[in-house]
Amino acid sequence: MLERIIEEAPAFFGYYNVVFLLEALLATFLLSVIGCLVGFLAGFAMAAVRRSGGRALAPARWLILAYVEVFRRIPFLVTLLLCFFLFEVLKLGLTTFQVAVVAVCLIASAYIAEIVRGGLDSVHHNQWDAAATLNFTYWETLRWVVVPQAWRVILPPVFSFFVLFIKDTALASQIGVVELTYAGKVLNNKGFSAALVFGSILILYFALSWPLARAGSWMEKKLAPSRHR
Amino acid sequence: MRHLDIVDLRADYGSHTVLERINLEVGKGEIVSLIGPSGSGKSTLLRVILGLLPPIAGEVRIGGQTIDYRNKRDVKAIRSRVAVVFQQYNLFQNMDVLRNVTIAPVKVKGRPRAEVEEEAKLLLTRVGLGDKLKSYPDQLSGGQQQRVAIARALALKPEILLLDEVTSALDPELVNEVLDTIRDLATEGMTMLIVSHEMAFVREVSSKVVFMAAGHVVETGPPKQIFDNPQMARTQDFVGKILRH
Ligand SMILES: Nc1ncnc2c1ncn2[C@@H]1O[C@H](COP(=O)(O)OP(=O)(O)OP(=O)(O)O)[C@@H](O)[C@H]1O
Ligand SMILES: [Mg+2]
Repeated sequence: MLERIIEEAPAFFGYYNVVFLLEALLATFLLSVIGCLVGFLAGFAMAAVRRSGGRALAPARWLILAYVEVFRRIPFLVTLLLCFFLFEVLKLGLTTFQVAVVAVCLIASAYIAEIVRGGLDSVHHNQWDAAATLNFTYWETLRWVVVPQAWRVILPPVFSFFVLFIKDTALASQIGVVELTYAGKVLNNKGFSAALVFGSILILYFALSWPLARAGSWMEKKLAPSRHR
Repeated sequence: MRHLDIVDLRADYGSHTVLERINLEVGKGEIVSLIGPSGSGKSTLLRVILGLLPPIAGEVRIGGQTIDYRNKRDVKAIRSRVAVVFQQYNLFQNMDVLRNVTIAPVKVKGRPRAEVEEEAKLLLTRVGLGDKLKSYPDQLSGGQQQRVAIARALALKPEILLLDEVTSALDPELVNEVLDTIRDLATEGMTMLIVSHEMAFVREVSSKVVFMAAGHVVETGPPKQIFDNPQMARTQDFVGKILRH
């Protein structure tokens, strides 16, 4: 097998293939980064609204509850196909990549909203009481008291979600987005050996998620040794 | 003059009535002590006064003004006039001692930081913690945390101070330190409603003692009456048990 890989390598790493792989890598990278960023911001915002008490936000709380519960329960692929057919019907003229971006954002936001909610709930109730008697508003309490204490609980699952999430963006290939997994299949179909093709794909996925995992454990370490939650 | 007035107050936790027909008056500059067995509703009464648990019936009045607990502005107003030290201290775990004391005056009341910090250092020195400004709550003993919580409450310059078992987690030397602080405040004319198990202290500083049991006020009177000549059988029983210890 090794002989065959060595024999194929020059052709496999030809200019067009490398550009093709890099483009696919970029697609996976963008899906992951946009999904993680949007998911983090939207997830955080939704968790914060969900924990709030004001009557004005009650409809928003119901919507968020329904959204989070639904999107965490249906498989990624179903969400993706739903988005695909919905945008097809709406005739918005989005590319498959854009449709995939919308889908990954929907998915990541729902999952992270749930993780953040758990984190906020982990902060002892007496912290809310103390803040209330000092006349902090809800948002001030979150910002000054609760979120700083919830970080420790929120970050590890968020980062492990991100790492899982990167590989789940492969499902976008199902609606025709040329991302890493799809590129692998194409090159494999062109006749390059599976070991060479998917070995390269594996390395590229690793290259994407390794720095993220490192960043995650760095941030956890930065927060963990402080005993002050 | 009446400063804090509680009239026919009732409060529930879910379907469970925890306070019923509570009547209590605290005059300006007066110290009133709440005593009673565990679970009698002492802490809950303080929570209701602060608007953490909305009352089902009855009234709370401050300086003659009735508080409408459904009105955010009223709740805000009462919280800016009444400060509390909780039984569990409730210090912010993510802030050091100095920031715990200064955050509300600086961020909520908008006072200049330098001035507030000077005052906070004086207050913390007064409660014997001048050397702990940079410590975090989980690096302090229970008694130290309690004293930080007292400093945090005083930094708000409240008219009325509610203290919930502020000596329960203290060793004997510190009990005296904290009690001295409370005595000082009393001589300065601070109005206080305190929950305490320190019967000797209650007897010494209170102008009035309120004995509660099972969510009711059983008996109210000067310390002499409550401790030496209780009128109700329930009070006699409780005081008898406590004084025998
Ligand atoms: N968050 C809560 N939810 C439901 N019930 C509660 C809650 N907090 C207190 N209670 C109940 O309310 C009653 C009064 O409790 P409270 O804490 O006011 O008593 P306490 O007089 O302060 O007692 P202690 O001397 O032990 O501090 C108790 O029966 C208690 O079980
Ligand atoms: Mg209590």
